[in-house]
Amino acid sequence: MKNFHISTTVNGDQTEFVCAPDETLLDVLRNRLGLTGAKEGCGTGDCGACSVTLNGRLVCSCLVLGAEVEGAEIGTVEGLATGDHLHPLQRNFIDHAALQCGICTPGILVAAKALLEKNASPTDEEIRYWLAGNLCRCTGYDKIIKAVQIAAAEMRGA
Amino acid sequence: MVKVTIWGSLRSATDGQADVEIDASNFRELLDRLVIKYPGLKPQIQRGVSLALDGKIYREAWFAKIEPDSEVVLMPYMAGG
Amino acid sequence: MPLDSKMNRVFKVVGTRPPRPDGVDKVTGRAMYGADATAPGMLVGRILRSPHAHAKILSIDTSAAEALKGVKAVVTSADFGVPDNLSIRDVQDNCMARGKALYHGHAVAAVAASSAAIASQALKLIKVTYEVLPHVTDVDEAMRIGAPVVQSGRVLENVAAGLSENVTSQCEFGHGDLEAGFAKADKIIERSFTTAATHQGYIEPHACLASMSSDGRGDLWCCTQGQFFVRSLCAEIMGMDASQLRVTASEIGGGFGGKTTVFIEPVALALSRKSGRPVKIVMTRDEVFKATGPTVSSSTDVKIGMTKDGRITAAEATLRYQGGAFPCETVSMGAQSAFACYDLDAVKTLGWNVLTNRPKEAAYRAPGAPMAIYAVESVVDELCQELGLDPLDVRLKNAASKGTKSSYGPTFDDIGLRATLEAAKAHPHYTAPLGPNQGRGLSCGFWFNFGGNTCVSLNINTDGTVGITEGNPDIGGSRAAISQMAAEELGIPYEKIRTIIADTNSLGYNDVTDGSRVTFAVGLATIEAARNAIKVMCGRVAKIWGIDENAVIWEDGCAKPAGGNAGSFDPMSIEEIAAISANTGGPIAGHHEVNADGAGVSFGVHIADVEVDPETGATKILRYTVFQDAGKAVHPDYVEGQMQGGAVQGIGWALNEEYIYGKDGLLQNAGFLDYRVPVASDLPDIDTVILEIPNPGHPYGVRGVGETPIVPPLATLSNAVARAIGVRIFNLPMSPPKLLKAIGQKG
Repeated sequence: MKNFHISTTVNGDQTEFVCAPDETLLDVLRNRLGLTGAKEGCGTGDCGACSVTLNGRLVCSCLVLGAEVEGAEIGTVEGLATGDHLHPLQRNFIDHAALQCGICTPGILVAAKALLEKNASPTDEEIRYWLAGNLCRCTGYDKIIKAVQIAAAEMRGA
Repeated sequence: MVKVTIWGSLRSATDGQADVEIDASNFRELLDRLVIKYPGLKPQIQRGVSLALDGKIYREAWFAKIEPDSEVVLMPYMAGG
Repeated sequence: MPLDSKMNRVFKVVGTRPPRPDGVDKVTGRAMYGADATAPGMLVGRILRSPHAHAKILSIDTSAAEALKGVKAVVTSADFGVPDNLSIRDVQDNCMARGKALYHGHAVAAVAASSAAIASQALKLIKVTYEVLPHVTDVDEAMRIGAPVVQSGRVLENVAAGLSENVTSQCEFGHGDLEAGFAKADKIIERSFTTAATHQGYIEPHACLASMSSDGRGDLWCCTQGQFFVRSLCAEIMGMDASQLRVTASEIGGGFGGKTTVFIEPVALALSRKSGRPVKIVMTRDEVFKATGPTVSSSTDVKIGMTKDGRITAAEATLRYQGGAFPCETVSMGAQSAFACYDLDAVKTLGWNVLTNRPKEAAYRAPGAPMAIYAVESVVDELCQELGLDPLDVRLKNAASKGTKSSYGPTFDDIGLRATLEAAKAHPHYTAPLGPNQGRGLSCGFWFNFGGNTCVSLNINTDGTVGITEGNPDIGGSRAAISQMAAEELGIPYEKIRTIIADTNSLGYNDVTDGSRVTFAVGLATIEAARNAIKVMCGRVAKIWGIDENAVIWEDGCAKPAGGNAGSFDPMSIEEIAAISANTGGPIAGHHEVNADGAGVSFGVHIADVEVDPETGATKILRYTVFQDAGKAVHPDYVEGQMQGGAVQGIGWALNEEYIYGKDGLLQNAGFLDYRVPVASDLPDIDTVILEIPNPGHPYGVRGVGETPIVPPLATLSNAVARAIGVRIFNLPMSPPKLLKAIGQKG
C-alpha cells in the first residue's frame, strides 16, 4: 500500500509527514513527529490518554488516521505552554497535586482546556462528565477536579 | 534461652507446640538452631521467613540481636505491592 | 533507625506542600515513560500468545517467520536456559511458555522486525501445534480431586492430604481456644464470600527497550517499580553478571504492585542478543489484561462470635486463593491480615493457594489483604445489625492497640487504629442524615508496610546546592518527600536540592518500590546520608577553626561553634564550606546503605454513603471519607493522593471490576470498555483525614501509606449497599445486574 504525504499544522507550526494508510494520528505524533506527550493507554478510544484537539475539537488520536489530518490544526499538550510560561491549567495541576504518575496528565490537560474554551465556569459535575473519557488510576480524580476549578477561576480573572 | 512463637501450619514440625525454647542471640543463630532441633522446619526456613522481634519485623537481618526476654515471632517472608 | 528523641521539634519543610520536581516535565509532555525512548537501528518486538487456556506445545515452526524480509530474530523458550532457582524459573516460564501454554494469552514465541507491520505479519507465519488440554479457572473447582492439573510436582510439604495437586501450599495462623470462645458468644454468624480477580489498571502498558552488544553487555530501559530486581531477574535468565546489565527505570505510568516483576524484558533482551540490534516491546492493552499480573480471586468462609454488648469472643476464617498457573504465597498475607484490626483471645485463619489456568498473579497494593478484610468486616457489620449495635462503637470496643497480641503473632507497639476510629466517630460524615434507598457503611483496613534494602548518595555541589541519588522509582511523589527530608536535616531551602532516581550501575541494591516503603526507608537513608555529610562538613570547619570536631554543630544550614567555650567564630554556611571543599580535603558527600527495619503498620477507616437505584441496580456514591494513620505526613498532598487513589481503586473493585472467563477458559473482557474502572463522573470528592501517630522506628515517625487505602473500600461499600437495599451481597463486584437481582428476590 502506498504511503500518504500529509501537510498539517501542529501547535501552530507548519508540519509535514509521511504515513501508512492504517497509521493512527497517535502513531504519527509519537513515532514520526517525536511528540510523545500523547500516550497510548489502550488503542481503542477508552482511556483518553491520547487526547488531542483536531480543528478545535477534542478527539482520541488513536481513533483518527494520520491520513485524515491534511490541512487540519492539531493541538497537543506540547502546545499548552507559551515559551517558558506554563498555562494556568498546567501550573495549577502542579501546585495542587493533580497528578501522581502523570501518564494521564497530557490527555486531561488537553481535555480540560477544551472544556474551558467552551464553558469558562463549569460546575464540578460538568467537569466530571467532560473528563469521564479520561481515565486516571492514581489520583481518584479529586485533586484534578479541584485544580481545574482553580485554573478556571484564574482564567476568568476571578 | 528465648521463647519463639511458631505459626499454626508449622506446628506439626514442633510436636504441635505453638511456642518453643531456643538458645540464640541473633536471627541467624535462631534459624540454624531451629532447623537442628526441628528438622521439619527446614523447607519453610529455606524458602524464607521473617522475624518479628518485639513487634518489629526483620526480613533478612541475620545479626538482629535477640535478648532472652525478647518477644520472638516467626513469620512468613513478606512482600508488598 | 529509631524515632528522634527531639520529637517536639518544629519541622520547617517536612509537613509543607512544595511543588514536585517532576511536575513541569509531566505537565508539558517532556517526561519520558517506558514507550517514549528510541534508539538508532531499533527493531519492533511483538509476542505470539496462546489462544488456548491450557495446551501442550507439541512443536513451534518459526522458519517461515524467520524467512520474512525485515524479520531479524525469532525466539521461543528454546532460546533460554532452565534456571535452577524455582521462583526465577517460574518468572521465565511465565515470560515464555516452556512445553505447555498455561493460560489464554501465555507467550509462546516472539519476533523482532524492522517495523510493527512486519512483526505482526511474522507472528501470523509462526506455526504452533497445540494439544489442547482440559482447563480450570475457578478456585474452588481447581481444589477438587479430579480437576485438571495445571502443574505437577509443585505441592509443598505443608499441604493436607485429600486435595487436588493444584493446591500448592497451606498456612495457618492464630492463637487461643476457639471452641471456648464461640461458647461465650451470644450470636455467631458464619458466611462465605467470593471476590473476582482484578487488575491494577495502570494507564501505561508495559514497555521496554533492550540493547545487547556482542561483548555480552546490555542496557535495558523499562517502566518498572524496581530496576534492581529487574536486573537480578534478567541477568539470571540471560546468564549474565549483574554488572554487565544496566537497567534504567523510566518515569512510570502507574504500577501499584503490577510492575514489580518482568513480563516482556527477558524477551526483548533475548531478541536483541539474537538480532544484534536494540529491540523495543510495548504491550497492547489487550496483552496487559491477558498476560500481566492480576490479583488473586478468592473464596473465603468467615465465622465470628460476638456478645450482645459487642465484644468479639472468637473469630475464624478459611481462605482459598488462586494466583494463576504458578504458585504464589499471597494467601499467607491474607490469612495474617484478616483479623489484624482486632484484639482477640481466640482467632484462627487457614489458607490455601490453588493453581488455575489463569495469568500469574502480581501484587495490587496490599496483596491478599483486601479480599480477606472484606469478608471479615462484612461479618462484623452483619453482627452489628443483628445485635442492634453501632458499627463504630463495636470496632472501638475490639480495636487492636499498643500491647495487643496481633492475630498474626507479634505484639503491637504504638498504632493508630483507635485514633482513626475516634476521628471517624467525631466526623460530621458519620451522623449526616440519609434519604430513601441510601445507606452508610464503614470498614477498617490494615497493611504491614516494609523497609528493605536501600542506598542513598547525597552530594554537596561546589555552590552549596545538593544532588541526591536514590534507587526507587517514584510512583507517588516520593522525590519531593526525599528532598524535603534532606532540606530539613541540612537546614537549606527545598529548592536547592535535586533528587534523581539512579540506574543500577550508580548505587548498590535497592528493593523494589513496594510495601509502602519509599518515604519510610529511602527517607530514613536520606536522613542518615545528610547527617553523614553534615559530619564531614563540620570536620572541615573544625580544621579551619583549629578546634575539635565535636565542638562544631550544624544549625540552619551553617556550621557553628558549639558554645562560648568553642570560640567565637562566625558561622560558615553550606555555600561557603562547599566553595572551598577542594582546599579542605576534596568533594563532600554523605551516603547510607541499609536493610531498613522498623516499618510501622498503617491502619485506616473508611465511611461511605451510597444510593442504590432500585430500577437499575446502579450504585451512586454520595459521600466518601478516608481516615488513615500516616505516622508523620512529610508531604500532605501526596499522602492525601495515596488515600484518595487507593480508595477509588477499592471502589472499582467493589462495584464493577472483575476478570470474566468463559467456559472455554478464555478472558472475555480484556479492555477498558468491558473492564470498567471508575471514571470521574462516577465519584464524589474523596475527603481525607490524616492522623499522625508516630512510628517508633523512623526518625520523623513516618509510616508507609500507599497500600492500606485499597483495603477498606470493599467492605465499606458492601456494608453501605446492604443497608441501602436491605439485602446483603456476599460476592464482589456488586455490579448493577447482581444488585437488581437481589432487590428483586427480596421484594
